[in-house]
Amino acid sequence: MVDTNTVTEMVAARRPPDLRRGMVGWLRANLFNTPLNGAVTIVTAVLLAMLLWPALQWAVIQADWLGNSREACSGEGACWVFISARFESIVYGFYPEAARWRVDLVFLLMAVLVAWLVIPRLPAKRWVGLFAMVAFPVIAFFLLVGGAFGLEHVPTGNWGGVMLTLTIATVGIVGSLPIGVVLALGRRSQMPLVRGFCVVFIEFWRGVPLITVLFMASVMLPLFVPTQVEFDKLLRALVGIMFFWSAYMAEVVRGGLQAVPSGQEEAAKAMGMGYWQRMGLIVLPQALKLVIPGIVNTFIALFKDTSLVLIIGLFDLLAIIRSGLTDSDWLGFATEGYVFAALVFWVFCFSMSRYSQHIERRLHTGHRN
Amino acid sequence: MLRSSSREQGPLWRDPTFRALLVQGILLLALGAFIVMVVSNTMANLEARGITTGFGFLQDRAGFSIPQTLIEYSGDSTYARTFLVGLLNTLLVSAMGIVAATLIGFAVGIARLSPNWLLARLATAYVEIFRNIPLLVQILFWYFAVLQALPSPRDSHSLFEAIFLNVRGVVLPDPQPLTGFAATPWALLVAVIATWGLVRFAKRRQARTGRPLPVFKLGALLLIGLPAVVFVATGMPLEWSIPELKGFNFQGGVTVLPELMALWLALSIYTASFIAEIVRSGIQSVPQGQVEAAKALSLPGGIILRKVVIPQAMRVIVPQLTSQHLNLIKNSSLATAIGYPDLVAVFAGTALNVTGQAIEIVAMTMAVYLLINLVVSLLMNLYNARTLLKER
Repeated sequence: MVDTNTVTEMVAARRPPDLRRGMVGWLRANLFNTPLNGAVTIVTAVLLAMLLWPALQWAVIQADWLGNSREACSGEGACWVFISARFESIVYGFYPEAARWRVDLVFLLMAVLVAWLVIPRLPAKRWVGLFAMVAFPVIAFFLLVGGAFGLEHVPTGNWGGVMLTLTIATVGIVGSLPIGVVLALGRRSQMPLVRGFCVVFIEFWRGVPLITVLFMASVMLPLFVPTQVEFDKLLRALVGIMFFWSAYMAEVVRGGLQAVPSGQEEAAKAMGMGYWQRMGLIVLPQALKLVIPGIVNTFIALFKDTSLVLIIGLFDLLAIIRSGLTDSDWLGFATEGYVFAALVFWVFCFSMSRYSQHIERRLHTGHRN
Repeated sequence: MLRSSSREQGPLWRDPTFRALLVQGILLLALGAFIVMVVSNTMANLEARGITTGFGFLQDRAGFSIPQTLIEYSGDSTYARTFLVGLLNTLLVSAMGIVAATLIGFAVGIARLSPNWLLARLATAYVEIFRNIPLLVQILFWYFAVLQALPSPRDSHSLFEAIFLNVRGVVLPDPQPLTGFAATPWALLVAVIATWGLVRFAKRRQARTGRPLPVFKLGALLLIGLPAVVFVATGMPLEWSIPELKGFNFQGGVTVLPELMALWLALSIYTASFIAEIVRSGIQSVPQGQVEAAKALSLPGGIILRKVVIPQAMRVIVPQLTSQHLNLIKNSSLATAIGYPDLVAVFAGTALNVTGQAIEIVAMTMAVYLLINLVVSLLMNLYNARTLLKER
């Protein structure tokens, strides 16, 4: 007897209904799953199109790119000629033309170092990192300032543009991290005087706006030193920026120090390690690894805030563009100028924030609760 | 066995107590030397420049005018008055910015968690664009590229012929209170106190009897109704001064300076991008199990949101939110870049340049921000203590 109801072979899986698959399915699941969501999608899309299309037309399609005077612009769209005509000064400021190769060399060296540190496959990270933190600043200092090894001296008053922005950011970053680490350690010290000093120092800088710090650096610092000592304007700003951000860095590092289990330090103590050995070999490596995202976020904030030096009269990227806007030959290109400045800053900050997210994922060695 | 030999204790410089004393002693000496050096240098420098120290200058006539003053001020006013005017302007833009940034931030943060793909992506794009552009660039952009490109007063954009937008700012109708208007704010105050009492009463009643009161509806009725009734009963003593174009400028109404507009827009949009991230992470920090448990108890969706998700999310959100608000207050000092007359611009800027009293003025300015920081931190600690997880 043959049981006609028995199926002896596997039934091939059927395709899901067309409405659940592919493009249509994705649209239905993500954009039109309820009537309300559908309405939201349509309204958002229409608003977006109304905003993006004119912006695209202005910035790309009808824009003028090359030339050397405002006559090169048709006036229909953006006049990027404003940027391209003064590109040199946007990058180098007032740095003498004959010596610009020195700036290029520093840029190149910096790019190589950063790339080396960022790309995981390249070896000898520790030595390259040490080189970047110790040797690179010295080399860059002599290349940029000159006055030794047969290089012509270039006063900092001639610095400007992207070059100055990167200088301030680099000095701020390289300077504020070690000071911040020391302050964070001091804040956890057993010695009341050291702890008190660090707490007051950190809370003071964190409580005031950077602007007032820069004001202080530019008007009060000259009063604090003997009259004979000439304090460079850029140096004053750098000191202010370094102290200001080291306080923020200290708080980030403190967060990391608190997250390292106290057993780690106790074990190191039991092994007979001294304070600096315990901190340098056991606690800090773990703490800093934990707070890399926080440190990079502080770097990003520092980088953005380098633009504030325009208020005390230094010519960073933003200030160069702003001074270009007051040039009587180039009036009325404020939008182009500020959009370009925003774009440059955005590219730097966005890549840093992406890198920090990437490193956060990579260092996440399976402690996810 | 007795251990008394000094050799076993090791040399003196290895003794932790002695070392601590030594380090602190050195720190104290260095600090003292530094302060003495700075003070003596400063004294010598001030003497050389002929600047008298002290706060006496605060009583002198300032002699410059300020474009936006919330209190009476003229060129004859003192520097102390200048300080106050600047401080009030800082507080005004900060308060406006905090309200707007919080509203935009919550909206964007919630939108980032929306099931609608487009909306969520748009919110992400907002956050990624605005938090990665320096605030100063944004302020300058709004001021020079947007607000300075507006038409002259003659060709103003207008809304209902009552609100006008032009290169000199926004002109709004100005409410003019007549006699008897004072009763309305008092009624509002009474309504606020009554609502507070109502909330307490309703809470206690629900705890006792289990029956809830429609607190939200009753409260709204009280808050809107009572002042409205008093306003009508006193004969609507309020007149609107509508701006009118006379010649080249507007007469009547109240003008919001373009500097204030630009600063407000930039501060709100910039800070909102940070607040959005805080709100998103706060909501995501509430464990899914909490919502599932509430659903298992068959609580309705609104109650789950109000009584389960939001209170737990707020515990994460509020401390970070406050620090963003503090950042906004500090960032409002960027006003000086576009000439909005805030504390830093008029006091640490103009007044400093006129008087040369650098130390006193910078110290006073910094003290204001430090004080605001301190007060908010104290309030924050109180809040944290109140909302701390009570673990049993």
